[in-house]
Amino acid sequence: MATETNGAATEHAQGMPQLDFSTFPNQIFWLLVTLVVIYFVMSRVALPRIASVLAERHGAIQSDLDKAEQMKAKAVEAEAAYNKALVDARAEAQAIVDATRAEIQKDVDVAMAKADAEIAAKSAESETAIKEIRDSAMSAIEEVANDTAEAIVAKIMPAAADKAAVQAAVSARLKG
Amino acid sequence: MAIESDAVEQELELAIHPMDQFLVKPLFGGSDIGMFTITNATLWLGITVLCAIALMVLGTRGRAIVPSRSQSIAEVIYVFIYKMVEDITGKDGLKYFPYIFSLFIFILVANVVGLLPASFTTTSHIAVTATLALIVFVAVTVLGFVKNGTAFLSLFWVSAAPLALRPILALIEVISYFVRPVSHSIRLAGNMMAGHAVIKVFAGFAVVTFISPAAIGAIVAIYALETLVVCIQAYVFTILTCVYLKDALHPSH
Repeated sequence: MATETNGAATEHAQGMPQLDFSTFPNQIFWLLVTLVVIYFVMSRVALPRIASVLAERHGAIQSDLDKAEQMKAKAVEAEAAYNKALVDARAEAQAIVDATRAEIQKDVDVAMAKADAEIAAKSAESETAIKEIRDSAMSAIEEVANDTAEAIVAKIMPAAADKAAVQAAVSARLKG
Repeated sequence: MAIESDAVEQELELAIHPMDQFLVKPLFGGSDIGMFTITNATLWLGITVLCAIALMVLGTRGRAIVPSRSQSIAEVIYVFIYKMVEDITGKDGLKYFPYIFSLFIFILVANVVGLLPASFTTTSHIAVTATLALIVFVAVTVLGFVKNGTAFLSLFWVSAAPLALRPILALIEVISYFVRPVSHSIRLAGNMMAGHAVIKVFAGFAVVTFISPAAIGAIVAIYALETLVVCIQAYVFTILTCVYLKDALHPSH
């Protein structure tokens, strides 16, 4: 398009310039030079560079994915460990609770046994005391009965006042 | 009278020379064009080389994992052509990838650079496209015989057809094989030349006042179409090259 700017001085194309064979050797020569230059620059510099960049990117993405996979596995592992720790802690707490309960039970049992023994001793003592009291009361009753019977017998028939016979009769009656 | 002289003036201005843009001229004076003369074609071939290097080498100098814009373009072109070669010719065609890529990047950049106003479109010349097509034709034919020996001729012998038809089909196949470089080259040069000539014709009409808006609108529309066409033609030339290469590597029908 710039070829026209000279106005009237410009030569105009006769038919198709494409078919002007006089320019062919020139065009073909420079085309071949161009192609050789482009081929060398592309195959030596540009294409290996782009190929390495693409490979590097592919590698980086792959390694990132691998890393993410590892992280995920680690997270799963950590979760499992956490759950296990939780279960362990719960079991341990249960064991401690059981042990404490058993200990307290033991203490309680000891205290109960002790209390029982004390109560038994106390009640045996009381029983002895009661028996003593009852015995002394019995002997007192016998004595009072003997005296009363002797007095009654002496009043009613003084001739037959036999102390031994009265006592035997009283004790026989008391036992009966 | 005034109207008449206006008409004469317009007649003069309407001298449209759509083919002038394709003239090959020496850059530094003289009128003879020898083999090594620096011409406008040489200049624009050089500009094509520089643009291709700027895109593919300077654009990728960052070697970034996260690419810059220019690096993205270079990578997209690389991957596009790589996949094309791999899909059409198979894995064993990949060692010819640098050649095909160089071909593609040359045609693409030359076509796009040719769209610049006042530029010279090197790929609109049959001398250029025919050379490219002949390089492909000769390379593919030689490769076919080197790789397959005489088995390469089975490309012309359609074993799926009835025996009686095979000689006729073989004749047709041979003719179509030798027509390949012709269609391959004329397709590219013809598209480039036609588009640029049409733009130039509309540009010539733009000097007439009352149709200039329409003419300029048409230039814009054709320019948009041409932008599409230059990319598609580069693609078509490359994909056909891949198809021919596939025939050379795997000639069986």
